[in-house]
Amino acid sequence: MKIVVLIKRVPDTASVFQINDAQDGIDTSRLKFVMGPYDEHAVQEAVNLKVAKDGEIVVVTLGGPDAKDKLLTALAMGADRAVLITGDGVDSLGHRGIAEALAAIVREESADIVFAGKQAVDDDGSQIPERIAEILGWSHASVITRFSLDGATATVDREIEGGQLTLEVPLPAIFTTEKGINKPAYPKLPNIMKAKKKPMDETSLESLRLSATDLCNKVSIGQMSLPRQERLTRILEGDNNTQVAELVRILKEDEKAL
Amino acid sequence: MSVLVLLEQRGALNPCALEAATAASAIAKSAGLELNAVYIGQSLAGQEGELAGFGLKKVYAYENTRLGHYSNDGYVPIVRELAQELGATVIIGSASAQGKELCASVAGRLGVELVQDAIACRWDKGLHATKPVYAGKVISDVVINDSPAMLSLRPNVTVIERVFGATPEIVRRDMPEVSLRTVIQKAAEATTGTVELTEAKIVISAGRGVGGPENLPVVEALANAMGAAFGASRAVVDAGWIHHSHQVGQTGKVVSPDIYVACGISGAIQHQAGMRTSRIIVAINKDPQANIFKICDYGIVGDLFEICPLLTEAVLQAKG
Ligand SMILES: Cc1cc2nc3c(=O)[nH]c(=O)nc-3n(C[C@H](O)[C@H](O)[C@H](O)COP(=O)(O)OP(=O)(O)OC[C@H]3O[C@@H](n4cnc5c(N)ncnc54)[C@H](O)[C@@H]3O)c2cc1C
Ligand SMILES: Nc1ncnc2c1ncn2[C@@H]1O[C@H](COP(=O)(O)O)[C@@H](O)[C@H]1O
Repeated sequence: MKIVVLIKRVPDTASVFQINDAQDGIDTSRLKFVMGPYDEHAVQEAVNLKVAKDGEIVVVTLGGPDAKDKLLTALAMGADRAVLITGDGVDSLGHRGIAEALAAIVREESADIVFAGKQAVDDDGSQIPERIAEILGWSHASVITRFSLDGATATVDREIEGGQLTLEVPLPAIFTTEKGINKPAYPKLPNIMKAKKKPMDETSLESLRLSATDLCNKVSIGQMSLPRQERLTRILEGDNNTQVAELVRILKEDEKAL
Repeated sequence: MSVLVLLEQRGALNPCALEAATAASAIAKSAGLELNAVYIGQSLAGQEGELAGFGLKKVYAYENTRLGHYSNDGYVPIVRELAQELGATVIIGSASAQGKELCASVAGRLGVELVQDAIACRWDKGLHATKPVYAGKVISDVVINDSPAMLSLRPNVTVIERVFGATPEIVRRDMPEVSLRTVIQKAAEATTGTVELTEAKIVISAGRGVGGPENLPVVEALANAMGAAFGASRAVVDAGWIHHSHQVGQTGKVVSPDIYVACGISGAIQHQAGMRTSRIIVAINKDPQANIFKICDYGIVGDLFEICPLLTEAVLQAKG
């Protein structure tokens, strides 16, 4: 079985964010970058599946050369091979274009199953894996919290508002992982050393026969800003009873929210 | 040239469907475009009246028991074909769990760009959206220069408004012939009486300050009194005191209720990512230095084991 895992290098969201001078992006110079937190679950789920059913795991990312670092992490976690899509034009792609490029690799690899994170926490796009499924004509299930495979059918749990669905999804299929599906294992030193010897290939949009011009992002950023801090930060006074009474009065009379 | 709204249902129409209709109505008006909607589900019967007042011309209803639950195979082709038939230039859906999946799949199928989870949108020679990025730490204003331009709207941030009198014409359509590859083995409804977090008007959340699972009822009683959904910080989830589906934050759910009450929660940045857009934030914490007091509207410095029961009592009394 061939498993493809999609990961993305993203800023650690625990960082302090600053807007650049042009106000159309963030200042990345002091940010720490990590593998997407949901992508870690995707890698782990692929590793768990390989342990149970055997197969090969190919980890794929599209981005700058810096992303190699995160591919290495995935290799150390148990992936067998890595592919980096990089070079001219990758920066100009929007979600539509990124999905086309990743779908091209999934097709090239003749994968049976793809795991991805439920969302990349840079632009919180929440759409790449679903798009890939549509491009390839595959089934998919988003935001899953449990995965099991029996023959060519996966059974997954998926939370929705007000309930939970258990779905049977025929392969080939693409799944996005939610926290809670597994506990990603932090790679041990010997595995980090071994990872460096595993194959890492590079490819470009051109070799995938994709045109960056045709696929360029049609969503343009007008302005980025930090959320306005307009909270009242009013600390209530008096003894417990007084504070509670005042809070209820405010919620009911001033805010009309009760 | 028209605007198409995707009306989400779960048995009945979801409030987020009417929020999307409200937002789309404003867009259609400023852009001078016709406004239509699509309903996909078991049956719209008896709910047509709820769709009055948005300026909708037609509501295309695809009703079938096989469409009762969301499925990619069932829903995506309908939206794609209708969008093409109507020449939709704008498509607006909801950023609920299934709404996001539907929008992403439709955008993929149509090969157009999509902005998910917008908190506001407007028309100014094109579709503009405001969207939180970097787990809510940055706000991005974007222009979607594609046709159709697609966005999904975060539930609970739009006030439903009915400003046009007219009732839409309901156009009933048959479900296209498709095979649904994915099988729903089980659909478990959340236990009755509990309010769904992401749709709730009030959310009460417990943090590590509750000390242990045996104390959760202190906060739950307050949630019940306020008719609120019950949330939790990651510390509480990681400790195994409550299921992950209750987690609010960067790696949990994003909520935007009218009132968010944080009980014994320190206010870590990852927690804020899930509740920052709430209208009113109330904090109850015994540490006056706690971060949560810097981002709240109203704060009570005190022991939650004393405050919560008093508040429960006071709320019940105020509600009569
Ligand atoms: C990648 C990543 C993702 C994360 N995602 C999330 C997420 O989605 N959601 C989330 O919540 N966290 C998330 N976190 C964790 C987050 O950083 C905090 O660790 C967590 O939110 C802390 O939970 P807490 O406020 O309940 O606990 P603490 O920080 O321990 O705070 C407990 C608070 O309770 C108060 N207290 C104690 N006893 C009482 C009492 N009797 N009465 C009143 N107050 C009392 C204390 O003063 C303290 O302020 C994430 C972290 C990382 C690194
Ligand atoms: N540039 C990328 N390279 C590889 N995988 C990606 C990339 N962008 C997104 N993904 C995958 O798709 C998931 C959802 O991303 P998004 O739709 O951008 O929120 C991520 O968690 C990754 O698994």
